[in-house]
Amino acid sequence: MNDSIMSLLDKYHLIAAFAVIGLTMFVSHWMSKHLTANRLHGSAIAILIGLALAYFGGIYTGGDHGLADVSLFTGLGLMGGGMLRDLAIIATAYGVRFTEIKKAGMRGLVALFAGVLVSFLAGAVVAVGFGYTSAVDITTIAAGAVTYIVGPVTGATLGASSEVVALSIAAGLVKSILTMIATPMVARMIGLDNPRSAMIFGGLIGTTSGVAAGLAATDARLVPYGAMTATFYTGLGILLAPTVLFLGVRLFF
Amino acid sequence: MVIYGVALLAGCMLVGLIIGDVLGQLLGIDANLGGVGIAMLLLIFVTGYLKTHDHLPESTESGINFWNAMYIPIVVAMAASQNVAAAFSGGMVAILAGALAVALGLAMVPLLTGKRVEDAAPLDTRPAPPVQGRAQH
Repeated sequence: MNDSIMSLLDKYHLIAAFAVIGLTMFVSHWMSKHLTANRLHGSAIAILIGLALAYFGGIYTGGDHGLADVSLFTGLGLMGGGMLRDLAIIATAYGVRFTEIKKAGMRGLVALFAGVLVSFLAGAVVAVGFGYTSAVDITTIAAGAVTYIVGPVTGATLGASSEVVALSIAAGLVKSILTMIATPMVARMIGLDNPRSAMIFGGLIGTTSGVAAGLAATDARLVPYGAMTATFYTGLGILLAPTVLFLGVRLFF
Repeated sequence: MVIYGVALLAGCMLVGLIIGDVLGQLLGIDANLGGVGIAMLLLIFVTGYLKTHDHLPESTESGINFWNAMYIPIVVAMAASQNVAAAFSGGMVAILAGALAVALGLAMVPLLTGKRVEDAAPLDTRPAPPVQGRAQH
């Protein structure tokens, strides 16, 4: 009996994921209303619950995909994977006025370059602080602080060791997860309540999953603006990190 | 028909991703350069055109709005499938590098936004853009 239910849920994994996420949304909106008096956004609570479940799922299975590695919840991987996520991000652009984007376009572009540079510098400073002296290692870890995709791509290009590549992926994951948690908390402080600052935020932080979830937890109407710039960030990072930025690091090490 | 809206969305996504892929190849990088962003712009332009010519009936719109409304649940599913355990077992180098990058990035948002002007006014100060089934506050 139990086994047949398990295999049924396994077979209909995406449907099970819809039900699980629906329940999570219900619980978090209930908590938002009754425990925090709407001060903490329901979506923010839902994302925190998701991250906590992902942590325990990862510890429990030792896999790479959080709760999605637990056989009952494999559908979460499809539902929250890149394909549907990008489709939903694009759908948020519906109803956005192009003039808003055009007005902040130049600043968004500046934010993109500044964002890649600042994240890279932050990673490089920390790597040097921990005693790394090879230009390849420093560049790879620094690239990981840009995004968890830029790190391994840069490491592969430069021929970094697999430990350093793993470290750079971890740095990128920390960045993405902290962005999800910290953004709704500091949104008011940094003026993240309008299309312009959302575009700048997307360009400065860049890590798509972090920006997508951080803005969702703050104000879903800001998502298309932030996502618009963030979508160029990883490409720019892959363009700059193994080339110009690596040469820059080599000047010192 | 609802499927027209979904297909329009899918078409914009595919065209955007193809353009992003070509851009990446032109620059010699193994990545999609802004495909999603290009797809978003395409969707804005195409739906804007269709709307002014009255070719965007409500049923078509609802195909796009459904995915729009599914955005937050999808993001929650994404959060639940992140490799959180690996992030925090990477050691202090990874944690500090990631944390410093986020702190500096967030701190620079007000610097680059500059002083409040008309286009930096909070969204609440003017009629809300048409978002259906979201924004519960």
